[in-house]
Amino acid sequence: MLRILHQIFKVGTITEPLASSERFDVLGAQLKTAVRQRFQGSLAIRLVDAGSCNGCELEIHAANNAYYDIERFGMHFTASPRFADLLLVTGPVSINMKTALEMTYDAMPSPKLVVAMGDCAVNCGVFGKGNYAIAGTVADIIPVDAVIHGCPPSPTDLIQGILACLNDA
Amino acid sequence: MTRPSRNTWFGERLSDQGIYVQYLDDHHPVHMPCLEIRRLDWAHAAKEAKRLEMRLVAVWAADANKRAGKDASERRLCTYMAFAHPEHRHVLLRTELSAAKPEIPSLSGHYIAACRMERSMQDMFGLNVSNAFDNRLWIKHEHWPEDSHALLRAFDAHTPLRPEPERIGMDYDYVSCDSECVYEIPVGPVHAGIIESGHFRFLAVGEKILNMEERLGYVHKGIERSMQGRTAQDGIALAGRVSGDSTVGHAWAFAQACEYAANLDIPPRASYLRGVLCERERIANHIGDIGAVCNDAAFAFMHGQCLRLREEMARLHQEIFGHRLLMDAVTIGGVASDLSGDMCQKLIRQTLDIAAEVEHLRAIYADAPSIQQRVIGAGIVSVVDAKDLGLLGFVGRASGHYSDERIEEAYPPYDDLIIPVPEGKLGGVSTRVWVRFEEIANASRMVIQLLETLPEGEINTVWQAPEAGVSGFAAIESWRGEIAAWVRFGMDARIDRYFVRDPSVINWLGLELAVRTVPVPDFPLVNKSFNCSYSGNDL
Repeated sequence: MLRILHQIFKVGTITEPLASSERFDVLGAQLKTAVRQRFQGSLAIRLVDAGSCNGCELEIHAANNAYYDIERFGMHFTASPRFADLLLVTGPVSINMKTALEMTYDAMPSPKLVVAMGDCAVNCGVFGKGNYAIAGTVADIIPVDAVIHGCPPSPTDLIQGILACLNDA
Repeated sequence: MTRPSRNTWFGERLSDQGIYVQYLDDHHPVHMPCLEIRRLDWAHAAKEAKRLEMRLVAVWAADANKRAGKDASERRLCTYMAFAHPEHRHVLLRTELSAAKPEIPSLSGHYIAACRMERSMQDMFGLNVSNAFDNRLWIKHEHWPEDSHALLRAFDAHTPLRPEPERIGMDYDYVSCDSECVYEIPVGPVHAGIIESGHFRFLAVGEKILNMEERLGYVHKGIERSMQGRTAQDGIALAGRVSGDSTVGHAWAFAQACEYAANLDIPPRASYLRGVLCERERIANHIGDIGAVCNDAAFAFMHGQCLRLREEMARLHQEIFGHRLLMDAVTIGGVASDLSGDMCQKLIRQTLDIAAEVEHLRAIYADAPSIQQRVIGAGIVSVVDAKDLGLLGFVGRASGHYSDERIEEAYPPYDDLIIPVPEGKLGGVSTRVWVRFEEIANASRMVIQLLETLPEGEINTVWQAPEAGVSGFAAIESWRGEIAAWVRFGMDARIDRYFVRDPSVINWLGLELAVRTVPVPDFPLVNKSFNCSYSGNDL
C-alpha cells in the first residue's frame, strides 16, 4: 500500500494545468461553463461504435487519462443510453450496426445530442461511400449536431467537438 | 541478401502420401510456396498437415485468375489454405472448384479453427462447405438478401445493401439450453464501456457461465472488397485501418505481401524502422491492456498509471512519426519518415524510462493481493486446447503454444535480433498478464538495440508493381500475434484480391473456452486479458 501511495505521490498531478496548452485552456474553461449552464454540471455521454477500426476508441480512452481528464469538465461516459445526454458515434455506419445505432438513439431522452467522431463517421473515411457494407455516414442515419474530423481525432479535438455541440444546442 | 531456396518440405510429405502437388510460379516468396492440389485431396492434405503437427494459418477463397481474359462470370472459384510448421515455415495449398457446383469439404474435423473462416467463405462467395458441423451465417447477418455474396465479381459492391423485409428480425440460431435452471444473458452489440461492437450470448447457472457464444460481424466494413481495384500505395491506408490498435502490424503485413509479390527487397534501414514501430506498438498496447485488466478488477491505480505511460508514448509518436497511433508510418517499399540522431536518442531515452516504470508498477501489481486474487486461476485455456485451436501471440504463449513469426519466419530486422519467448503454461488471466509484462521488457530491449545499430542508407525502395496474376503472402508478428496477409495483383498494377487474417479470428475461440466455469462478473476481466479485435475479425 505504501508503495502505491508513494508512486501516486511521485507522479504528482499531471493533469495539464489549464495554462500549459493555450488551446486546451480556452476550450476547458468554455466547456466547463457550457456543461454547468446547460447540463447542471454533468454531461452523460454514450458511445456507439457503428463500425470503427478501434482507433477512435483508443483516443476516447486517452481523453479519460490523467493528462486530459475529461471528467473534470463534468463529462462522463455512461453504460446506458437511457440517461445519456449525448451520443458519440464513431465509424462509418455498417449495415450490420445500423439497427443497433437507431435503437440506441431512440432509447435516449431529449435533447438527444449527437456528435459524429472521426473521418469515418463524418464521410466514411478510408472505407468509402459506395460500399455495400456501409449504410452511410452517421448523419445519413440519425440527426447529427456536431462533427469531429481526424483519423482519429486527438483527445483535444474530441473535447473541442463536444464543446461545439453544446454551444449549438 | 541471399534468396532463400524453395521450401519443399510439406510438398514432399504430401507426395509421399500420394497427393499430387504442383508449385505455382506466380506466387512469391519461394520459402512460403503455394501448391496446387486436386480437389479430392483437400481434406486429406489437411489431415496430413495435422499429423505433421502443423498449425492452420487460414482458409480463404478467391476467383481463379488464370484465364483473366474470359468473362468474369465464368471464372471458377479457388479455395486456399495455409499451414505453418515451427521449423518449416508456411505453405499455401490451393485447389480449383467445379464451376457448376462450387463445393469443398470442411477442414473443421481436423482443425476446429477453420470453422468460422469457412463460414465467412460461404457468406462471401456462396460456395458450399460440405460436412461442416456448423453452417450458420457468420459475417453475412440474417437481414442480408439471401443471394448477396459480396466477394463474387457479379455482386454490386457499390450500393449499400438493402435488408430484405422478410428477413428482418430473423434470429441467429444460438446454442441454447432447455433446462429451467439455465438462463440466457444477451450482451451487445452495443457494450457498456468504450469498446467495439459485438454480441455475446451467455448461458449461466447461478453465477457460473455454462457457455458463452460470440456473434460477431457487426463492424463488417467490406474491407476485402474495398481493397479491390486500389493500387498498393492507395491500399496501405486501408490495410492500416483493419484494426486501429495494430495499424503498424497490418500495414506491415500488407506491405510485405506486396513487396514479396513484386520480389522487392526493402533497405535495411527501413526494415529496422518498421521493427521499431512494431515493437513500440506492442509496448503501448500491452501497457494499455494491463491497465484495463486491472481496472476491470477495480485496481484503478494501475489503470491510471498505465494510461499515463501510454499517453507519453502517443505524444512522442506524434512528435516523431506524425501520428499518435503510428498510422500511415509504414509505406509500400519502406517507411514514411526517417529518424535523425536526436530523434533516435529521444526514442531510446523514453523506451528506457517506460520500461523502468513498467518494472516498478509490475512489482506493485505482483504484491497487491486484491488484484492477484482476481487474476490467478481466472479464465484458463489449457495447453491441449491452445494447441488444438492454434492460439496465437501472447494468448498462445500463456498456454504453452509458442508460435512467434519473428523467430519462425525471421523476417528482417528480426533475423538480426535474439527474441526471447516467455513460456507460459498455466493459461489464465495472470499468465497472460505475465507474458505481456515480459514482452514489454523484451520489446524495449529490441527497440533500443534496433535504434543503436540502425544501418545507414535509404528508407524506401521504388515500388514496381508485379504483373497481373502474381500473388504474395506474408506473416507478421503483430502485438496480438501473427497477421497473415495474401495479396494478388490484377491488371494495371491494381489489387485484385486481398485476404487478411487477424490473430483475433483464432483467439476469439480461445475466449469462449476461457470463460467457461468462471462467474459472470469475471467475464470483462477475462475478455480484457485477451482483448481480441472486433474490426480485425469482421473486416
